[in-house]
Amino acid sequence: MLTRLRESTSDAAVEDRTSEATPKTLDAIGAPVSVSGVAHSFGELRAIERIDLEVAPGEVIGIVGPSGCGKTTLLELVAGLRPPDAGGVSVGGHAEAAERLERCAYMPQRDLLLPWLSAVDNAALALRVAGVPRATARARAGEHFERLGLAGFEGSRPNELSGGMRQRVAFLRTLMAGRPVLLLDEPFASLDAITRAEMQAWLAAALGPASRHTVLLVTHDVEEALYLSDRVLVLSSRPACVCDRIEIEGPRTPDRAAAVTSRQFAELKQRALRSLAEGAR
Amino acid sequence: MSAARRYAAPLAVILVLLGAWELAARWDLISNALNIEDFLVPAPSDIAQSLWRDRSLLADDSWVTLREVLLGFLCALVAGLAFAVILHLSDTLRRAFYPLLVASQTIPPVAIAPILVVWFGFGIGPKVLLIALICFFPVTVNTLDGLRSVDPQLITMMRTLGAGRAQILGRVELPSALPFFFSGTKIAIAVAVIGAVFAEWAGAGSGLGHQILIASSSLLTARMFAAITLLSVMAIVLFALVSLIERRVVTWDRRDVTRA
Repeated sequence: MLTRLRESTSDAAVEDRTSEATPKTLDAIGAPVSVSGVAHSFGELRAIERIDLEVAPGEVIGIVGPSGCGKTTLLELVAGLRPPDAGGVSVGGHAEAAERLERCAYMPQRDLLLPWLSAVDNAALALRVAGVPRATARARAGEHFERLGLAGFEGSRPNELSGGMRQRVAFLRTLMAGRPVLLLDEPFASLDAITRAEMQAWLAAALGPASRHTVLLVTHDVEEALYLSDRVLVLSSRPACVCDRIEIEGPRTPDRAAAVTSRQFAELKQRALRSLAEGAR
Repeated sequence: MSAARRYAAPLAVILVLLGAWELAARWDLISNALNIEDFLVPAPSDIAQSLWRDRSLLADDSWVTLREVLLGFLCALVAGLAFAVILHLSDTLRRAFYPLLVASQTIPPVAIAPILVVWFGFGIGPKVLLIALICFFPVTVNTLDGLRSVDPQLITMMRTLGAGRAQILGRVELPSALPFFFSGTKIAIAVAVIGAVFAEWAGAGSGLGHQILIASSSLLTARMFAAITLLSVMAIVLFALVSLIERRVVTWDRRDVTRA
């Protein structure tokens, strides 16, 4: 199932990575995600037919599918925000919705930054919710601003930030929740193509190989999914079921230009696009 | 646009109207047309004179009315905010009380003012109560609308960050509702002054509304207009104050957090 064995299972490797200036909160130990025979309908409308998915800790799974095929619903089912009509979901071995919600950090398509809070206060929102005092929360969120290319913008309101910066603040807010599973719902869909490419390379660097987050990345962009993921699930149009599973060889790399222009990448992309076209029928 | 240019046009209109009124009153055009005594139609200069001559009397009355307005208005703000939050948190209570809230607004304040005086006497109590009753509705309804219009995705986002009901209310819903709360507050402050006049007419020993009643029965029309002018100035200043506070507090676009 796994495309490559992650070293993060050994304690020595974990030790090594923590020393690599990757701050604590970004390094929540990944948890396995298991989805078995899940189905969901909105009244008469069948959104998801039957989906099975096993995700190992630290694995990045890309989920692509036509618009409105229930990709977001799938993330909501995993996070415990919605009960499935059939089938079961477990995150880190826990099946109850509340337990799953505690282990998942969900990043919606829109950045949803609170306009009355500064960038650093938005990023620190999860800490504030958890009862961390304001000064401590700001300091802990502020530690990551430099690495995220946000240095100097700590005090800026969201309306003073560019689309890419807002998205990075939203991503940091998601990370600061310190959850082992990240559910990213079309995180870059609202950005222009050039900014999106930059953000993808940035996310690839942020996610690994040092990161041990388990990631479910929903996107309608095949290239984005293939570039960022270890494995890509192609969903059919509604009611959604998995019509292809594509495994990507080799480690994820921040060098986006090289990665997306390789021959192997082009072949995978062709396969993914064909599966997508078939599934859309 | 500079302040001078922004205010030039309305100021010119007011000055022209005042000038026309002054001339019409001086030449007895209005009193002749209405077939009444000429002293019953004061010119703006007579009103200005009355404002100066009766300044200590009018200042006392203004203070009385201002106190009633502020107390009633503040009671309405606190009660309206609390009521809006309660109705927001409970669907059952909202369904139960919302029609009553609307119904309460259909009762003319002129009609309940005498009843309040009968029940609570001639003190400040019934005035504050009537003003609070009038101000309560716009504050509550606007704040409730604000609380209910928060983008549901924001709520979901807060839930995934581990926020419970109280945290969602405090960190997202209440701040989101602030611009709506201020809209209601601005309507409330404008009608509060009207409420004060009704309340004083129903029974009072002082206040600008009371002064208008006394002056009218003594045919002191210049003093009546002076009191009316002061009431209007009071409402405008209070409205401007609320707008100023709003601009200081709400520094974002309300559409950023409401349903698209």
